[in-house]
Amino acid sequence: MANSGQEALVDLRQVRFAYGDREILSGIDLTVHRGQVVAIMGGSGCGKTTLLRLIGGQLKASAGSVQVARQDIGTLNTAQLYALRRRMGMLFQFGALFTDMSVFDNVAFPLREHARLPESMLRDLVLMKLQAVGLRGGHALMPTELSGGMARRVALARAIALDPMLIMYDEPFAGLDPISLGVIGQLIRRLNDALGAASIMVTHDVAESLSIVDYVYFVSDGRIVAKGTPDEIRASKDDFVHQFVHAEPDGPVPFHMKAAPIGEMLMGKGAR
Amino acid sequence: MIRKLGAMAIDGVWRLGFATRFLFLLLRYSGQSFLRLHLTLREIYFSGVLSLLIILVSGLFVGLVLGLQGYETLQRYGSSEALGVLVALSLTRELGPVVAGLLFASRAGSAVTAEIGLMKTTEQLKAMDMMAVNPIARVAAPRFWGGVISMPILAALFSAMGILGGWLIGVAFIGVDDGAFWSQMQAAVDIRYDIINGVIKSFVFGVAVSLIAVFEGYDCVPTAEGVSRAITRTVVSSALAILALDFVLTSFMFRG
Repeated sequence: MANSGQEALVDLRQVRFAYGDREILSGIDLTVHRGQVVAIMGGSGCGKTTLLRLIGGQLKASAGSVQVARQDIGTLNTAQLYALRRRMGMLFQFGALFTDMSVFDNVAFPLREHARLPESMLRDLVLMKLQAVGLRGGHALMPTELSGGMARRVALARAIALDPMLIMYDEPFAGLDPISLGVIGQLIRRLNDALGAASIMVTHDVAESLSIVDYVYFVSDGRIVAKGTPDEIRASKDDFVHQFVHAEPDGPVPFHMKAAPIGEMLMGKGAR
Repeated sequence: MIRKLGAMAIDGVWRLGFATRFLFLLLRYSGQSFLRLHLTLREIYFSGVLSLLIILVSGLFVGLVLGLQGYETLQRYGSSEALGVLVALSLTRELGPVVAGLLFASRAGSAVTAEIGLMKTTEQLKAMDMMAVNPIARVAAPRFWGGVISMPILAALFSAMGILGGWLIGVAFIGVDDGAFWSQMQAAVDIRYDIINGVIKSFVFGVAVSLIAVFEGYDCVPTAEGVSRAITRTVVSSALAILALDFVLTSFMFRG
């Protein structure tokens, strides 16, 4: 995979994750290099958000290894995990802004918690981060006064407040209008390049993602079923990738959920 | 039926275990939250200061009713001057801590559960955790201590307002002797036996209500229905905990 010679920042080897007997992910091999923007795509409930949580250390793998910056996430204690997370940023699906704080205070939050900075320097830093996402003018607003796209941009400014080495995005495009969607997409690419970081994006928005990412992993039923550069993905003859990229309603991912034959159900057998 | 009861009992024991573990975590991370004292002061304001109105008004009305009922009974035996004693002892020993605790659970406990539950629902707690900020230290512990510190003060103010209400009815309206009202109260109410025990009770209720409120919010199912159920559980569990603990504490404190 193309990585322009940069070090592997995230490295997953034969990762398996299960809730009790219910297997969510298995045999996952995934590598993300510094400077890359990588998309993890797949249908709803395929396990892609779980993958992000494993990388962030919110969940521990049942088997295999999850390494971030050459540290095995599964072996870290809370203090070590928190030290690593200070070098990560995460954008949640709906921003997860603190509703009792202004836009300014939301972005200042990680700086106030982790960097003992004079208030004047902190103010400059926060305004610079807001400038990067185009919302310096909204620093005094409360989260309830923001649109969905603006909230996500503020959350993005907060996620990059400590200049992280790794930025994770959980469904960054969900529910956005086309303009906001384009803005967020460009911001993800630009910020990653400006920070020299690595970005992992969990999404099912094909068009926007393929235009900004360097590499794509397709996840289905807890396994990586396809991977490649955007050009390779567009040209792929794989049935699953073809169905996903062309938004076809039926294919390897069936339209109908598994059920007894319709005749039996309508006649009352196996209806429940 | 028996299986359901068994499942409920097991679930109850599990939750009690989780709540106890949660209490240990709260205490473990309390140092961090005290280092950022403004967070605890903010919660004292939200839980304590904003509960003042309901506590003071309720205390006054409870005192008015106690004054009326107490006078009506005492005057039959010609001892209406003991009204001050009756009102003060009822309030400092029992009604102050218990009623203030119930009101505190409804007003502040439910608000704390709702706030933490909504923070969980909107992934704010997860976001905090991902920013390497411990949500128990940053969100739960300050709210817990805010409640624990506020509760004895609110109970004391409730009792004080209640005594004022008893005085208003007994002395100002009915005409019980002012000097007898206060002097009998002063002679009969013991600082250690009555007042301190009342303060201990209200502190214990504060710990119970605050722990329940914070735990229910933190442990809720992150949906609208889950938060609503958590709030209901906070109010119901707090009321039961206060009444049960009151019985236990009273049986140890006032054995005669």
